[in-house]
Amino acid sequence: MRSFDYHCATNPAEALSIAGAAPARYLGGGTNLVDLMRQNIEAPAALVDVSRLPAVIEETPNGGLLIGAAVRNNVVAAHPSVRTRYPVLSRALLAGASAQIRNMATVGGNILQRTRCAYFYDAAGSHCNKREPGSGCDAIGGFNRYHAIFGASEHCIATHPSDMCVALAALDAVVHVKGPGGERDVPLLDLHRLPGDRPDIETVLQPGELITGVALSPSAAAAHSAYRKVRDRSSYAFALISVAAGLEVVDGRIADIRIALGGVAAKPWRALRAEEMLLGTDPAKERFLAALDAELAAAKTFDGNAFKVELAKRTVAAVLCELAGVNP
Amino acid sequence: MAIVINGTEYPLPDDPRVSLLDLLREQLQLTGTKLGCNQGGCGACTVIVDGARVLSCLTLAVQADGREVRTIEGMVAADGGLHPLQQAFIEHDGFQCGYCTPGQICSAIAMVAEYRRGDPSYVTADLAEGPKGTTRQEIRERMSGNLCRCGAHNGIVDAIEELLAGEAP
Repeated sequence: MRSFDYHCATNPAEALSIAGAAPARYLGGGTNLVDLMRQNIEAPAALVDVSRLPAVIEETPNGGLLIGAAVRNNVVAAHPSVRTRYPVLSRALLAGASAQIRNMATVGGNILQRTRCAYFYDAAGSHCNKREPGSGCDAIGGFNRYHAIFGASEHCIATHPSDMCVALAALDAVVHVKGPGGERDVPLLDLHRLPGDRPDIETVLQPGELITGVALSPSAAAAHSAYRKVRDRSSYAFALISVAAGLEVVDGRIADIRIALGGVAAKPWRALRAEEMLLGTDPAKERFLAALDAELAAAKTFDGNAFKVELAKRTVAAVLCELAGVNP
Repeated sequence: MAIVINGTEYPLPDDPRVSLLDLLREQLQLTGTKLGCNQGGCGACTVIVDGARVLSCLTLAVQADGREVRTIEGMVAADGGLHPLQQAFIEHDGFQCGYCTPGQICSAIAMVAEYRRGDPSYVTADLAEGPKGTTRQEIRERMSGNLCRCGAHNGIVDAIEELLAGEAP
């Protein structure tokens, strides 16, 4: 690991001011960044530790929740209001990593974690445009079982590994950001970029900008929501496919529906086309499958991950059937 | 800057690159905590910081400033004997080579506390209510961050089951 200066910030203004003075990375729980630094894939000149910034979950005036960026993943998952009003978020967090890692990882760090593409990690032996722009992508034509079927480019087919973000995408979460130029709100769905020709630029955040919290709005679909993760072992593994969904049925018709997919793109993938087709219909498995066929028609697969199309379709349909209480 | 390890205060290293694991093993000779993968994949380095089980390999020692750390060396009973879970590991063959055992024990002791305060897991059916009873499925899910390559997982689950059943608060 290369040497770096370490600073521990006690409030966001202090964090911004230290980060502004030197090219720095913000440090949360360190579960991803410390590992990447040990591999010399990340080599920041300075770390600004933001894991001790105020870590609170508070009620908002609109009946939602504001989750501080420094709150640890396990604390969010176990929070009574999250468990009852946003079960998809609690379940998604519990599907991620291990208990030890969830005790360390922060909400902000979870959002900004980097892909687990093996070629990205293999600095000694693999080409990766995300790690070294212009060097090529060994995942294309390589072992790409875990890679993207949506939104990839000829430069990168890596996926975003977060479970939490898939739930946040389904919940239309809004990310609060503070930066040298002031504060702004970014919808979670707009925060991560697709790779295009710059897979090394992963979010719309500007240098020095700091995630301070995530806001959730209340809804019936959020309260009636679920998360399901399909993976190569039953726990402590990244997703092949994951599904976050919420459903509100009024008078036998779908009044609100949210479907987000994980493990399929460089960002959490909201299935807007399927949602649009299902809104206003009465819930039935055949209709779910037809809507997903339409959604997945845009998928582009590789040798190793073509199975994800059928797997995504069936997993989403199973979750929607469960939420709707209809025969799977 | 200092941290408390098993009740004793120690200064923090000057170099922020030093992990909590390396501080324990290389500088303080507390070698009970094991170095496995050194990348957050195996759980061998699990210790308890301010009551929460964490991976010491991914914790920068400076981040533990002011915290209280418990390692396997701190699990000894008041009379100097084994912790009840250590005894249960022996009785249930919860290990063969023993390398993952300190991490398993630290992880399980913190897990029992999580279980008792009603924290849900991914396999908890009703998130709002929390876990009901102590099922092997719950124990396996909650211990999935600790790998045993001898394959002693069944004995490990047996030992933890005994601890959970034995000393209810």
